[in-house]
Amino acid sequence: MELETQSVIDAEISAIAQATEQAGAGELQPHVDYPPYRSSILRHPTKDLRHTDPETIERWAPCFSHRDVDPLESDLTIGQRGEPVGERIIVTGRVTDGEGRPVRNQLVEIWQANAGGRYVHKRDQHHAALDPNFTGAGRCLTDDEGNYRFVSIKPGPYPWKNHLNAWRPAHIHFSLFGTDFTQRLVTQMYFPGDPLFSRDPIYQAITDPKAREMLVATYDHDLTQPEWATGYRWDIVLTGSNRTYTESEDSDL
Amino acid sequence: MNTTASGMSTPGQTVGPFFHYGLPYDGDRDLVTPGSPGSIRLHGTVYDGNGAPVQDSLIEIWQARPDGTVPQEPGSLRRDGWTFTGFGRASTSRDGSFYFSTLAPGATEPGAAPFFAVTVFARGLLDRLFTRAYLPEDEAALAADPLLSSLEPERRRTLVAEKDEQGYRFDIRLQGEDETVFLLFPGR
Ligand SMILES: [Fe+2]
Repeated sequence: MELETQSVIDAEISAIAQATEQAGAGELQPHVDYPPYRSSILRHPTKDLRHTDPETIERWAPCFSHRDVDPLESDLTIGQRGEPVGERIIVTGRVTDGEGRPVRNQLVEIWQANAGGRYVHKRDQHHAALDPNFTGAGRCLTDDEGNYRFVSIKPGPYPWKNHLNAWRPAHIHFSLFGTDFTQRLVTQMYFPGDPLFSRDPIYQAITDPKAREMLVATYDHDLTQPEWATGYRWDIVLTGSNRTYTESEDSDL
Repeated sequence: MNTTASGMSTPGQTVGPFFHYGLPYDGDRDLVTPGSPGSIRLHGTVYDGNGAPVQDSLIEIWQARPDGTVPQEPGSLRRDGWTFTGFGRASTSRDGSFYFSTLAPGATEPGAAPFFAVTVFARGLLDRLFTRAYLPEDEAALAADPLLSSLEPERRRTLVAEKDEQGYRFDIRLQGEDETVFLLFPGR
């Protein structure tokens, strides 16, 4: 199959952006039906999601502890023979619910490409070097204030086959659990100022610009540590059904 | 950037094609040891809009114990063989199939229809999907269930697991005629 060019994808992205802006219908969550991301075409529901009140089990979430997670798993730069190649980074932030309450002692999982944009994955065909000192997967638990913290390597952008000359902006995949099942989130964290943002159909599938910017970390020089690592801050808000219990207060949102 | 404007939640993004070394772990799909007393298999296949199996999706279940109580014990990532945590995770194989070894969930309230809460992730799927796999046995409870009773019979069918020899079969269709009913909870 012949791949389309970036300009074809760009035109589709901007047509959708214009249409949603005109309709005032930018969406805070990604459009699951977003044809510029070609592999979404056959993999999204076409019928409306069914509005449902959570039942008991859905108002709870699985529980994790230090029995599940070793504190060393939050440092992706250790555990191998040597130092990984690339820019060492600290990524930290706070996980809260829709009311700003901390999500405590919950599991955060990440996975990412190495500095050259290569994943340790048999399906990654990118001709960039694997790094014997970097596997790119980590876990931690949030603390009592909802804070998480990882030490890693800044991932590189990588090519993919959505279209000709398609490149993903550099990102770290995040998986999060909240205090109830309905807050479950898998997403991607990006780095500020990435020139690939406007060309990436996965990032652009979130059609509200403010909502998409919530996926972009902030460089924070106060987090940066001398002679060691640069710091990025990225806070995460997990709204879910627990929000509805106080919804009368903010029903004008 | 990254200002948490009130009422906004962090948007989801696809799990992508490379989650296999980040999310799966040893024992992820075995909430109980396969074949142990009371164990059942919950299995199925994930299909796309062409009816082709989806070989890079990830299914999670979250459930009550057989007595209907909600587990709140850690240990899902490092199973000890004794603690039932109620959480499991299974990536699909080349043929789009997944399975869990678990216990049948009980009713969390008297008369409620027991189900597995299910989350679906996949490459190509831009945000996670929620659904439920109801147990088929208690017809009265199924008939009284608020969600099921609000659905047309052919849509309702997609949420009820099928009994088989080892447990239950629950197929997931992301798109098309028999598309699974996916859920939107208030608050997001
Ligand atoms: Fe990725």
